[in-house]
Amino acid sequence: MTTSFILNGKKVEVTAESDAILLWTLRERLHLTGTKYGCGISQCGACTIHLDGNPVKACIMPLSAVEGKEVTTIEGLSHNNSHPLQKSWISEQVPQCGYCHSGQIMQAAALLKKNPKPNRDEIIKHMNPVLCRCGTYTRIMKAIEKTIQNS
Amino acid sequence: MENELKENTISRRKFLKRSGGLTFLVAGIGIPAFVWKKEESAENNVQISAWVHLSTDGTVTIYNPAAEMGQGTMTALPAIIAEEMDADWSKVKIEHSPVEPKIYGIPWGGGGRGGSMLTVGSRSVSGHFENLRQSGAQVRFVLMSNVAEKWGVNIDELETQPGMVIHPKTGKKISYGEIASFAKFPEEIPEIPTNKLKKVSEFRLIGKDFQRYDIPEKVNGSAIYSIDIQVPNMVYGMINRSPVNGTKPELNNEAELRKIPGVIEIVNLDYGIGFIANSIEAAQQAKYTADINWKGQTKADNHNSQSAYKEYETLAESGNSGSMVASSGDFSREIPNTRKVIQADYKNDYVYHAQMEPLNAVAWVKDGEAEVWAGTQGTDGARSAIANHLGIDFKAVNLHPCYLGGGFGRRSMNDFVLEAVDLSKAVNLPVKLIWTRTDDIQFGAFRPISLQRLEAGIDASGQIKAWKHVVVGTGGGLLGSGADIPFYDIPNKHIEVRNIDHGVRTKHWRAVGHGPNKFAIETFVDEIAIDQKTDPLELRRQLMKNHPRELKVLETVAKMSDWGGKIPQGRARGIGFAERSDSLAAGVCEISLDRKSGKIKVHKIWCALDAGIVVHPDNAKAQVEGSLVMGLSSVMLESITFENGEVQQNNFHDYPILRMEDAPERIDIEIIPSIERPTGIGEAGLPFMGAIVSNAFASLTGKRLRHMPFTPEKVLELLG
Repeated sequence: MTTSFILNGKKVEVTAESDAILLWTLRERLHLTGTKYGCGISQCGACTIHLDGNPVKACIMPLSAVEGKEVTTIEGLSHNNSHPLQKSWISEQVPQCGYCHSGQIMQAAALLKKNPKPNRDEIIKHMNPVLCRCGTYTRIMKAIEKTIQNS
Repeated sequence: MENELKENTISRRKFLKRSGGLTFLVAGIGIPAFVWKKEESAENNVQISAWVHLSTDGTVTIYNPAAEMGQGTMTALPAIIAEEMDADWSKVKIEHSPVEPKIYGIPWGGGGRGGSMLTVGSRSVSGHFENLRQSGAQVRFVLMSNVAEKWGVNIDELETQPGMVIHPKTGKKISYGEIASFAKFPEEIPEIPTNKLKKVSEFRLIGKDFQRYDIPEKVNGSAIYSIDIQVPNMVYGMINRSPVNGTKPELNNEAELRKIPGVIEIVNLDYGIGFIANSIEAAQQAKYTADINWKGQTKADNHNSQSAYKEYETLAESGNSGSMVASSGDFSREIPNTRKVIQADYKNDYVYHAQMEPLNAVAWVKDGEAEVWAGTQGTDGARSAIANHLGIDFKAVNLHPCYLGGGFGRRSMNDFVLEAVDLSKAVNLPVKLIWTRTDDIQFGAFRPISLQRLEAGIDASGQIKAWKHVVVGTGGGLLGSGADIPFYDIPNKHIEVRNIDHGVRTKHWRAVGHGPNKFAIETFVDEIAIDQKTDPLELRRQLMKNHPRELKVLETVAKMSDWGGKIPQGRARGIGFAERSDSLAAGVCEISLDRKSGKIKVHKIWCALDAGIVVHPDNAKAQVEGSLVMGLSSVMLESITFENGEVQQNNFHDYPILRMEDAPERIDIEIIPSIERPTGIGEAGLPFMGAIVSNAFASLTGKRLRHMPFTPEKVLELLG
């Protein structure tokens, strides 16, 4: 089965079995490994990508469901870490093991696109689906708030 | 930014073949002095490898010997070398070192060279500090002696600035890169005397603010974990493992599974069945379709974790004695002489590591050789284990260390690495083995369950004269850490561990026994204070009065949090103290309670830390923040239960870990300035978390939480 979609601004065609999952297609068929596997059941958010601008979990998304749509992964978010959130993530020294932060940043980027000035409660509600075992939540909050202040 | 097959981790051969510049090489164990040779000539010497590579353009490449699992070794350890060699930090590049324990390992006591490369127990900075300073200072010495010879001046007239040797008398300067182009190589470099190393006041990097090296690649998806490795012709493996530890598999539908498109091979393992396929989806389909009988009677069969506490109570009451952790005076003799005896039991369920990257490895077993990519806390141990498993030489195993998406102790085991090796061997192809999250939980190795019986005898003046702590649980040696309380002066102490083997897998989990033990100890101290109508801070002050360093940590957190000051209505605070990996930490938290739902909210945490010299303060704070939050998660939410030997939890929906909504609104950390040797930081904030929440809850409600985790159900039951 061939699926065509826009990936990080470029048209791609992928031929795979009909049960192919978007996460494994991005990672293993297209070698875009920035999007992570964490739970496989949409509970941890490590695999968060943008589908037509909305944050979705790639681990439960069939490849066939993105036919004709726009997919953005962490690799397509910016060039040279130039997205304001990436800059804040660096200046606030947010990541530790780093594994969840593609998902964290993609989740946060989707929020700021829709709502450039969210308050703290809105940020918490929006970011709650993405788990961080290293416990970087307070720095994630600082980085998002700093991005909002700087914008 | 596609992840093509590339040298994301440097292979040993390539490492030695690098062209241009100088590599500082260190000889193997037993030879204290550095030997520095042209790298070309090092090709034949298998015992030799390097710490620092200096290019003629001034780039300094420093090799990190420890696993980077989030704790920041990739930055802190090279910074120690860079400090003493006076490198220009902006020109430093950092790479994983090769897996050569004779060169990059450290002895258990730390301080020397050669030993294990195991990254555990918060020992990376404390264990490597002295030898990395020495190595850095030796590099600086060689650079300076070359310049002294070239300029015809005495080496004592030379000084360094970052990346530069200078001659103050004449004002001449030369960059390290330029030196690399002409430097000659002495056969041996002397050990630099300790008094010639930099003084703490002279540090330019250590103790200062600088950024972590690994963060830029962790915000754009380019950091490489083993799960990201791509090898040509790679296939995928998944495994069904025994649900009850020790049972053996019997596959009933192999023919059916082999018909699944993409399935390449089915492999019988001792405790599971492996499925190899040309895609993850196909391997997963085989895994989920497999019909397996699990055979054999095992010890774990009868284990029911929630009823195990009854067994522990019986054992705690019995006259049996286990292994002593510490003892002084005579508890049994003194206890009848005390005015009042206080006793309490504390419990903690099993907890799971829940590192965000599920276990995985890529292995490629070839003819008499193996190439393996793994995120492991024990690179050299994994390399040895692979060699032994395959019956090949250590040198025939090329292990590429990758970033770890969390370790917390689980990645100090080699089970997942050897599984990948077994699957690759079965098909002679590179195999990426992935554990599902459910595999990772159900075949987990947990921080053990335990019951802690505390007993204290108080005399007429309110002094604690006798103290007994019996830890009863499973997991043997994992139970005792942190049970001793050398900083509390109590004349008669009896601290003991009694173990029951349930036949289930247990393992070190961040801070090991300190989490449960400090919960029990620091909660019990609070209970004594309440009974004696003493402020819990004041009681600890008395107990610690002869331990000024510990006392200072306690006083610092009291001051930071304005202990005893005004607290918003509906809130309360708890205090606690703990040592871990020789670091000292004290914490205060402020909580509120939703009495309808039973949910406790931790609003703020204050923490004071004495960790000796702190190499990288901002990252040290990040580690404390992380250990407080991970500790809070375990205290509030986390519980693995067994029924008839089977783990009952499957994924994050029934094993919740802390989310942003439950994170503290504010965490304040103060690091106490020190010139003492560095101690471990990665776990120091975790152990007291259970106690400070329980203590705050008692202050708020008058009721005592004595069984972790403090779920809303338990809270509601306690409140009645």
